[in-house]
Amino acid sequence: MNADRSTSRRSYLCRTLVLLAATFAAHAAFAEGPQSTPSIFAPAGTPAASIFDLSLFVIAITGGIFVVVAGLLTYAIVRYRHKKGDEKSEPAQVYGSTQIELAWTVVPVLIVVVLFLTTARLIFAIQDAPRPKKTLDVTVIGHQFWWEFHYPKLGIVTANELHIPVSSNQQPQAVFLKLYSADVDHSFWVPQLAGKTDLIPNNENVMWMDAKHPGLYVGQCAQFCGVEHAKMLLRVYADTPEEFAAWVKNQQQAAVVDPQVEAGRELFARQSCMNCHTIKGTPATGHYGPDLTHLMSRETIAAGAAPNTPAAMKEWIRDPDSVKPGALMPAMHLTDGQIDQLVAYLETLH
Amino acid sequence: MADSALPAPGTIGGAIDVTPHHKAPGTFLETLHSWVVTVDHKKLGIMYVLYALVFLLVGGVEALCIRIQLGRPENHFLSPEVYNRFFTMHGTTMVFLMGMPMLVGFMNYLVPLMIGARDMAFPRLNAFSFWMTAFGGLMLYYSFIGGSGLYAAGNAPDVGWFAYAPLTARAFSPGHSTDYWTVSLLVSGVGTIGAAVNVIATVFCMRCKGMTMMRLPLFAWLSVVTSALILMAIPPLTAAQVMLMIDRYLGGHFFDTLAGGSALMWMHFFWIFGHPEVYILVMPAFAVANEVIPVFSRKPIFGYPAMVAASVGIAFVSLGVWAHHMFTVGMTSVGNAFFALSTMIVGIPTGIKIFNWLATMWGGKIRFATPMLYMTAFLFQFLMAGLTGIMLSVAPWNWQLHNSYFVVAHFHYVLVGAILFALMGGICYWYPKVTGRMLDEKLGKWGFWLLVIGFHMTFDFMHIPGLLGMPRQIYTYEAGRGWDTWNLIVSIGAFVQAAAVLLFAYNLLVSYFRGEVAGNDPWDAWTLEWATSSPPPEYNFVADPVVTSRRPLWDMKHPEDPDWKYE
Ligand code: HEC
Ligand SMILES: [Cu+2]
Ligand SMILES: [Cu+2]
Repeated sequence: MNADRSTSRRSYLCRTLVLLAATFAAHAAFAEGPQSTPSIFAPAGTPAASIFDLSLFVIAITGGIFVVVAGLLTYAIVRYRHKKGDEKSEPAQVYGSTQIELAWTVVPVLIVVVLFLTTARLIFAIQDAPRPKKTLDVTVIGHQFWWEFHYPKLGIVTANELHIPVSSNQQPQAVFLKLYSADVDHSFWVPQLAGKTDLIPNNENVMWMDAKHPGLYVGQCAQFCGVEHAKMLLRVYADTPEEFAAWVKNQQQAAVVDPQVEAGRELFARQSCMNCHTIKGTPATGHYGPDLTHLMSRETIAAGAAPNTPAAMKEWIRDPDSVKPGALMPAMHLTDGQIDQLVAYLETLH
Repeated sequence: MADSALPAPGTIGGAIDVTPHHKAPGTFLETLHSWVVTVDHKKLGIMYVLYALVFLLVGGVEALCIRIQLGRPENHFLSPEVYNRFFTMHGTTMVFLMGMPMLVGFMNYLVPLMIGARDMAFPRLNAFSFWMTAFGGLMLYYSFIGGSGLYAAGNAPDVGWFAYAPLTARAFSPGHSTDYWTVSLLVSGVGTIGAAVNVIATVFCMRCKGMTMMRLPLFAWLSVVTSALILMAIPPLTAAQVMLMIDRYLGGHFFDTLAGGSALMWMHFFWIFGHPEVYILVMPAFAVANEVIPVFSRKPIFGYPAMVAASVGIAFVSLGVWAHHMFTVGMTSVGNAFFALSTMIVGIPTGIKIFNWLATMWGGKIRFATPMLYMTAFLFQFLMAGLTGIMLSVAPWNWQLHNSYFVVAHFHYVLVGAILFALMGGICYWYPKVTGRMLDEKLGKWGFWLLVIGFHMTFDFMHIPGLLGMPRQIYTYEAGRGWDTWNLIVSIGAFVQAAAVLLFAYNLLVSYFRGEVAGNDPWDAWTLEWATSSPPPEYNFVADPVVTSRRPLWDMKHPEDPDWKYE
């Protein structure tokens, strides 16, 4: 499952060959540590990196074909354009030539053979990679328009922001995802880490990825899933082993109970919030919306539609449509006082 | 292949109608009536093309709105709901109401003329097919008024042009917008199938004397291939639409995942239609190139048998590549490898075609009138589209590129850069035949270059946000992802293209009234449609033409060096 390093020499060659790719490649090669970009040319994980290498190879081949064929075309246009005096006679009438035609059939055949073999090799290398002993399992459930994450072995449920431990040569760490959907088709795509895989209802899909540098990797849903498909963003945090352990420990706790925000907590349980949201350790056990037990451990709300600030949170609870039109959380018509109490409570959920 | 039983070449000269026609023009109502009730393949062909051009403008306006919305990050020009309707309608319109009718129109008008026939095999089926297609389109657009039921405000379909299940189930798509989508495609599909049956019957049964299958103009050959593909591709779509209706109204569970149905099955049905559809659309573009490039290079097509074989080959292979639209749905590695291979194989016959066109131009005396300019752009752009297609067939890379703007750029390169360019070139080429007038060459060249600039501004730069991770079908994006500048350039290019299309339409209009009179054969061309008057009389040819080679008019013009000596 390790990226085949034998390809790196070839890809180095391609890099020097292909101008366009080289610009992007430089972007990747000189990136100091991780960058938060969804570019497929800034890989930071094994599958993404090996796909990147293959893509350079393919760009080199197709670029070569383009140069040759477009060059011949240009030559023909310039050389054989109609000139003065040409109207006096017709050019020699040529009907075809079996030898020439055979020749230009064989070349594409050879190119296809080469392309197919390299492609097939990588398909098998990524898809059928043997599962290493040390892996992290995560179950991803796509919802209109947010992501639900379960860590079955760790007993954690969270949403929209996935935390994984970083992978190093000393401590390789792959993450295996099982992908499901609660409603319609979605697609899990964090370009710097791996290609995308769809989440299809009534169907189980799997994919794996790893992150070579600690940091944030952004992506988003890549299969049209309804009105707010554009705001179904995805954030993956690759943590150092220590950070990850601390994160896990915190997530495993029940929700913080702070007597100062008792009013907000009661309101949450009295309003229908609890029908849709779970807050561990309270009567709220709804499953329709994201788990809010550790809401404050997230940097964004509503799948990246807004930053996790008290002001944005108030606006979200007052009228979700104003933040994310078409989101499936209803406006509850609460008074400003009630919203303040609720948000004060939510702000304690670290 | 000289056949002594056949009359000598030159007989086609007698096919030209020289009787003067001095019919008084009818009243407006009479004219209208004559168009509505017509079964003449030429009038129907013209109606198909005009219908397609109208929807080109409508779909174009939708595209412009989409591009305004995406020109800047976090833009509020369109609401998410309206945006989703617009891209769904844009895609559906351009494929079903613009692309297909346009090519059927070309086949309708040209095939009988090229094979020396007086009409299509089934003239009334022909009229029926047109009106089915027309009603399908009108019904789809009626959804803007009636989509939520007559009492509510309307809404158009908003599930994307491939309408993946279960987003189309009643749970996720209430109201009637999806029904409008389903039923109108069903209806226009019936029309398309009727047209395909007709073209095949016409070519097989109505060829004039001496026109063997190996003397058939390549345009007619490719029309047969296209029609065969239509017959194979549309039924799966129709079947899927029927199943979807059963799901929505009769409690079926084909695609209803909440009740155990399969979302994957819809994808398979749709793409078994959807991929051949690409070739249904592109074959007529090849067909036009096969006629125009030789005439303007002043040489016969290079490797006629190879061109026929390559077209038939592409058609066959294209039936076995559909799941390259589904590399990310979780197929097995063997499945992915299979579809990667079959897709790459399409590149071989396609390559043969490009080389043969190149060889046709090689050694010629190429006249760059507007039709040939369009063909030249077509060649470069089709080459590029093919190469990005190869990139997409590399399954692992496809896991990154799928559903990104790279794919959107790729298929617009095919649909606009190759197909639309070729069809516009075709319109320029046959306009004199259809109207009896030449297009304004100066306006034509302006329009062409404007379109080239706009096209490349839009679709070259559209690849980049895709590589930078921008998914398709999103109504907005946040700033700072590196997509802003590219999207702005793309949007500006879209307006340049719009200007070019308007200029083209304007040229069609003014030249109809003010254009130079064309004569029968303004391009010094070689196929039978140029042997009759412009526009041709209702019965096409006074006497049935007789041909002895692939280029009957060449034989007539060069009795000292006729083609049939070499074929
Ligand atoms: C009908 C079910 C429903 C009810 C009732 C509901 N929510 Fe939600 N809530 C959702 C859904 C669905 C989302 C995810 C929306 C999205 O991102 O598209 C959500 C998201 C949220 C989020 C953001 C979570 C995150 O991780 O980004 C907060 C905070 C929240 N709801 C608070 C509340 C509060 C407070 C109430 C009660 C006043 C409430 N919700 C009532 C369904 C509901
Ligand atoms: Cu989505
Ligand atoms: Cu395809």
